[in-house]
Amino acid sequence: MAIRIHIPTPMRQHTDGNAVVEVSGETIQAALDALGEKYPAITQRVFDNGQVRRFINIYLNDEDIRYLDNLETAVKDGDEVSIIPAVAGG
Amino acid sequence: MNRAPATINSYDERDVMSGFVRGLKCRLCGTTYGKEPLNFCTEDFGPLEVDYDYDAIRQNVSRDLLERRPDTMWRFREFLPIDGEPAVGAQVGGTPLIKADRLAEALGVDKLWIKNDAVNFPTLSFKDRVVSVALSKAKEFGFETVGCASTGNLANSVAANSAAAGLTSYIFIPADLEATKILGTSIYGAKVIGVRGTYDEVNRLCTQVAFKYNWGFVNINLRPFYAEGSKSVGFEIAQQLGWRVPQHIVVPMAGGSLIGKIPKAFDELARVGLIDDATCKVYGAQPAGCSPISTAVKNGWDSHRPVRKPNTIAKSLAIGDPADGYFAIKLIRESGGWAEDVTDDEIADAMVLLGRTEGIFAETAGGVTVAVARKLIEQGRIPRNEEIVLCITGNGLKTQDAVVDRLEAPTIIRPSLEEFSPLVAETPAAVV
Repeated sequence: MAIRIHIPTPMRQHTDGNAVVEVSGETIQAALDALGEKYPAITQRVFDNGQVRRFINIYLNDEDIRYLDNLETAVKDGDEVSIIPAVAGG
Repeated sequence: MNRAPATINSYDERDVMSGFVRGLKCRLCGTTYGKEPLNFCTEDFGPLEVDYDYDAIRQNVSRDLLERRPDTMWRFREFLPIDGEPAVGAQVGGTPLIKADRLAEALGVDKLWIKNDAVNFPTLSFKDRVVSVALSKAKEFGFETVGCASTGNLANSVAANSAAAGLTSYIFIPADLEATKILGTSIYGAKVIGVRGTYDEVNRLCTQVAFKYNWGFVNINLRPFYAEGSKSVGFEIAQQLGWRVPQHIVVPMAGGSLIGKIPKAFDELARVGLIDDATCKVYGAQPAGCSPISTAVKNGWDSHRPVRKPNTIAKSLAIGDPADGYFAIKLIRESGGWAEDVTDDEIADAMVLLGRTEGIFAETAGGVTVAVARKLIEQGRIPRNEEIVLCITGNGLKTQDAVVDRLEAPTIIRPSLEEFSPLVAETPAAVV
């Protein structure tokens, strides 16, 4: 078991085409850092000066991490983390 | 000014067929992309926007040319991102700009107009403008299945226009939406998915669906094209005022896109020489039960703080985490405008006021716009002696529950003069 990070389609060019990357870590931050170790190109696109960029939302099992403990949110094996660009609505 | 084109003088000009779009461009870093169904930059996740060749547009448009075309949004086709003729929604737009003298008197202002998209064709909201562009583009890209996440009006529009275009549509909505808006989607044969959650949760699910199934989602992978359709509200207002812009405009805000596209339209008209000056103060309107953008403007924040559980009768504006919030805040501030929010009672009161002064039945979002305008006028933020346009974006027949308790029930009588005449004497207002 591991934490599964889902990569949006247009960003898979930075993960060797993988839709899901399995990593380990205790928090969202640690999991994303582990993702960055495997695929450095994705990290610089998700983070800007250590902060998640403005137009990205990160979800832990369908919950926006801004409503949890943000990057410090605890994760465990089997959790699903999704990186999702903000989209318009109406 | 009226710049006559050198060689172009008919509706089917050759250059229009290939369009004036260079491609897509990131709003943050400027990275460019081709014309493709992609909504965010793969460098920094910034939203993508259509990039036009304005010098070429300038050479190909004139007031006279545009005015000779049919009165639809496609009159401004050079500024819209489709190639060739619109495949979907050829009749959309061209809605009335009404001089609203009776409402002006009620609000205590001199010059007031209403842009009335409550009567936009075919589904009675401004969303038909964005959807006709998005679905025309979907056809160009070869999508056979399209979809959207919606608070209602977009659902109606995608369903109807997809049906007319022979496209299969999947519509994702919060399950607690107004019954009329659900019915007004199902009637067109759309596959309607009610999601137990907020709009933002529906939207997140839709994005995941879009990635998995590679369908044309109007507000996801087709969004850069979709959003451009909103500019037609601004083009029409400027033309209807006699090729100029108002001093003040009040716009309802949900995702924060429309409020950016109206001034963009004014800027584009000025850029190609169709109007002299695009200066207009822009005011955003939100319901108090979901006011992330107006709250940010009033507090001087650069970006909004999301509202996790919106709670308002204005469900079409109940987007707690508006994707274009950042740009809307910036735009409002730079224009010299402001933003406000109003309670459900104020919204319903304003819907009734609009109906009784102008004969326009707007949906709850229209009540938000009118009520916010009233508040801004009373605050002195909008001067009483300057020109104001209010944007009404949807029809009240879709949100009847919001006002049903405020209206007098009909008086029931037998078909007899004997019973009717006393009513006139007792309640003269009843026969007005």
